[in-house]
Amino acid sequence: MARRRHGDDGRRDLVVVGNGMAGARTVEEILERGGAAQFRITMFGEEPYGNYNRIMLSNVLAGLESEEAIFLNSMAWYDENEITLHAGVRVARIDRHARTVRADDGSRTPYDALVMATGSSAFVPDIPGMRTAGRGFHQGVFRFRTLDDTRAMIRYARTHKQAVVIGGGLLGLEAARGLQTHGVDVTVVHGPGHLMNQQLDAAGGYVLRRGVEALGISVLTSARTVKVLGDTEVTGVQLGDGRVLPCDIVVVAAGIRANSSIAAASGFLVERGIVVDDQMHALDDQGTPDPTVFAVGECVQHRDQVYGLVAPLWEQARVLADVLTGTDPSAQYHGSRTATKLKVAGIDVASMGVTAPERPDDDHIVISEPRRGLYKSVVVRDDRLVGATLVGDLEKVAPLIQAFDRGSPLPEDRIALLFDLGTAPAAVGVAELPDETTVCNCNGVSKGTIASCVRGGVASVTGVMDATRAGKGCGSCRTLVGQVVQWAAGGTVEVDESASWYVPGVPYAKAELVALIREQDLRSVSAVFAALAPGGVEDAKSKMGLNSLLRTLWGAEIADERDGRFINDRVHANIQRDGTFSVVPQMKGGVTSADQLRRIADVAEKHRIPLIKLTGGQRIDLLGVPKEDLPKVWADLDMPSGYAYGKSFRTVKTCVGSDFCRFGLGDSTALGIAIETRYQGLESPAKLKLAVSGCPRNCAESYVKDVGVVAVDGGRWEIWVGGAAGAHIRKGDLLTTVDTPDEVMTLTGRFIQYYRETANWLERTYAWVPRLGIEHVRAVVVDDSEGIAAELDAAVQASVDAYRDPWQERDDPAEPGQFRTALPLTVLPQVPVR
Amino acid sequence: MSAGPTSAGTDARAVGGEPGAGPLDTVGGPPAPRVAAAGGGGPHVVGPVSEIPPGEGRAYAVGGRQVAVFRLRSGALRALDAVCPHRGGPLADGQIDAEVVVCPLHAHVFDLGSGACRSGQDDVTSYAVHVEDDQVVVVLPVEM
Repeated sequence: MARRRHGDDGRRDLVVVGNGMAGARTVEEILERGGAAQFRITMFGEEPYGNYNRIMLSNVLAGLESEEAIFLNSMAWYDENEITLHAGVRVARIDRHARTVRADDGSRTPYDALVMATGSSAFVPDIPGMRTAGRGFHQGVFRFRTLDDTRAMIRYARTHKQAVVIGGGLLGLEAARGLQTHGVDVTVVHGPGHLMNQQLDAAGGYVLRRGVEALGISVLTSARTVKVLGDTEVTGVQLGDGRVLPCDIVVVAAGIRANSSIAAASGFLVERGIVVDDQMHALDDQGTPDPTVFAVGECVQHRDQVYGLVAPLWEQARVLADVLTGTDPSAQYHGSRTATKLKVAGIDVASMGVTAPERPDDDHIVISEPRRGLYKSVVVRDDRLVGATLVGDLEKVAPLIQAFDRGSPLPEDRIALLFDLGTAPAAVGVAELPDETTVCNCNGVSKGTIASCVRGGVASVTGVMDATRAGKGCGSCRTLVGQVVQWAAGGTVEVDESASWYVPGVPYAKAELVALIREQDLRSVSAVFAALAPGGVEDAKSKMGLNSLLRTLWGAEIADERDGRFINDRVHANIQRDGTFSVVPQMKGGVTSADQLRRIADVAEKHRIPLIKLTGGQRIDLLGVPKEDLPKVWADLDMPSGYAYGKSFRTVKTCVGSDFCRFGLGDSTALGIAIETRYQGLESPAKLKLAVSGCPRNCAESYVKDVGVVAVDGGRWEIWVGGAAGAHIRKGDLLTTVDTPDEVMTLTGRFIQYYRETANWLERTYAWVPRLGIEHVRAVVVDDSEGIAAELDAAVQASVDAYRDPWQERDDPAEPGQFRTALPLTVLPQVPVR
Repeated sequence: MSAGPTSAGTDARAVGGEPGAGPLDTVGGPPAPRVAAAGGGGPHVVGPVSEIPPGEGRAYAVGGRQVAVFRLRSGALRALDAVCPHRGGPLADGQIDAEVVVCPLHAHVFDLGSGACRSGQDDVTSYAVHVEDDQVVVVLPVEM
């Protein structure tokens, strides 16, 4: 697509071949130096887009970022800066003598100055079966380099389930992690003996491997792929030892190669990349610098180095712009000491310089804790830091990068490089960093840039991130960005307020919001939006949290707006992947009867329930019930709802207690049933799972529940709170030990009510308890330090009194079409009938 | 308030799978919607506006398509494809505001006016929709 073209106005023609990160960044640097007055700029880009942040493609693959969010320069930017962009046009050749660029669309563009920023492309090893004769890559084989590659992979991953990623470097691991988020099983096949062998030594690679495997990604090292199998599409890969890995997706991430064919064909010197001198001039094939032609980025070979990282590219772009615009005609690039901070598949990794000692007198300090996922090593030579590797914890990365970049003096006690030994807090490290230190490698933002942004009046971390793009790449530097902002603002940094809001659409923290709702007597979700949201605008993602809060505050006394509820709460069942619902009848304490079981069996047969499953909460789940069948299933069951769908009190798990168990110290079953009877269905900021165990053998897993009760010797009961054993694992904190089941009931209710009134939306007790501190929670709930115990008890009593089994709506639907199907036609991916 | 129970017996899945399956046009309740020829473009009456509570959506089979019709709190109607392109989630069950619907399965966000996805999935088709004599009328593109 050709955009505007200018007349002759005395300016020189600058042509940039390549519209990737290097090309666009170079043009930005040129414009910053007033280049628009000197040059008419034309850019060629092979991809049919504006300019995007390639580093972020792994986030797009993982669904963490949208495509729009990774674009660096929109089409409007090119217009505003009067840049003629030929997007989707490949340059064929550069005619040095005629000073024109010939493109595949037949056009010839004259230049006075030319910049080659052709980047690099995925290296694809010559493995049999990888390509199909005449048709390019085999179906199911992908590279991971461009937006189109990423889109194709996402599309394919929807219908394919097993992937082999060839290459265990940064890109391969990012591809593996990204594919996994699409429900694909991933195996990484890596030739060398450990992951990320370019950046890490074997021990560091092992720690990373453990972290990657803990994510559920299989890793094979020292494994060579010798063949890709499958006739019409990929069915597997064969390894050098004869093993076959079945798969339907193959991703090749075996490294990159500089794109230098245009330069080579046009008479420039090409080795591993386009050879440039210290002023970024390309050399011709006689080794003479061409005064009008420059090259920059990954396509460049400078002093025998080819860089595949982004930070050197920023430095090269600055030198090139200085030279080309005459801002500093003697500017020189002397190569980069590459220090990188990365987030690899969610694991922090930093590396700089050598990975291991190379001389007998090199000091080498290693802390290796594979079980904690930590690895730190530094190599010191002649009192200078010459290498460092960090996996899993980047707290010390800023001073290390500084020591590495500047060769600054090191502490006598080398281990202080890796740990704060009671001295030097992080802020001091930030203050000492020189201004030009790159804080965000992905977007090339220096400490000085962030500091001047803060001085320019931006006073919040998110504001700085938006304005500078710092921290908007892999995200590994966000802590450091925060520290720099804090330092630059002299400690007066604005708290990022939206982070503390109870819901995103109403700008108040929970305590303020509660006060306003009470003060203004707001009793519906729409009333809250009208009174408290900016411009009175409603926000879909805020409705559920507001609805829950209103029910906590007002109980039954609210104007029930059904659109404030998530679908699960509208139809009192949990929506499944195919749009059907699961039905879990109440089974207090996990105790049932022959009559209940018989009824459940009858219902399952009558309604042809596809899957009957015992839940982790000691109940029976009937899965695959269409929405329109829910009222009839409930009627036939004639049991109350088990609330296995809401942000609410869910269930009390129990062990058999003292009646039958020969170890039982207390009647855990009866107490569990009593707790569930009393607090059934209470709305809360997030779900509540409880348990009661009859002895410290803890068969009901009380230590890892939101509230867990354990009978101990002497007829006493321990109450544990804030435990979890789901995505997050935490042993609860002991709230207190009491003498009677009655006290357990009271304290459980008071704890729940305090949680309901103060926790953030979707904040589980395992986050809330440590946030407030168990001592504080204990003081309020057990010792009544704030004098609110009676209020809490009364409030929870009101909610208990307001309980009504929602499944009674079967006879009297709350609104028209409440149980009407939302899936009239298509058979969706169905859970198979077992 | 009889629409729910009286229609509750219809098992959509049992007869689903064929675009344009006729009987499903009646899922919404007793009065069979007056639907133009299946597959045809132009206006289709899908049912009374009263069966869509304010702030919610309901799904309809319209000319062989699945269309989710939403009634904003302002009273305005919006119509989109009923199936989320990500993993087939039922958009009519999503929560809405004046601008967007949030898919109930994985919280992908779609613009109610244009159908554009704001969270990186494919866009969905949007349809013109209005009320005539208290009936919801969805207009399908003629050439399709």
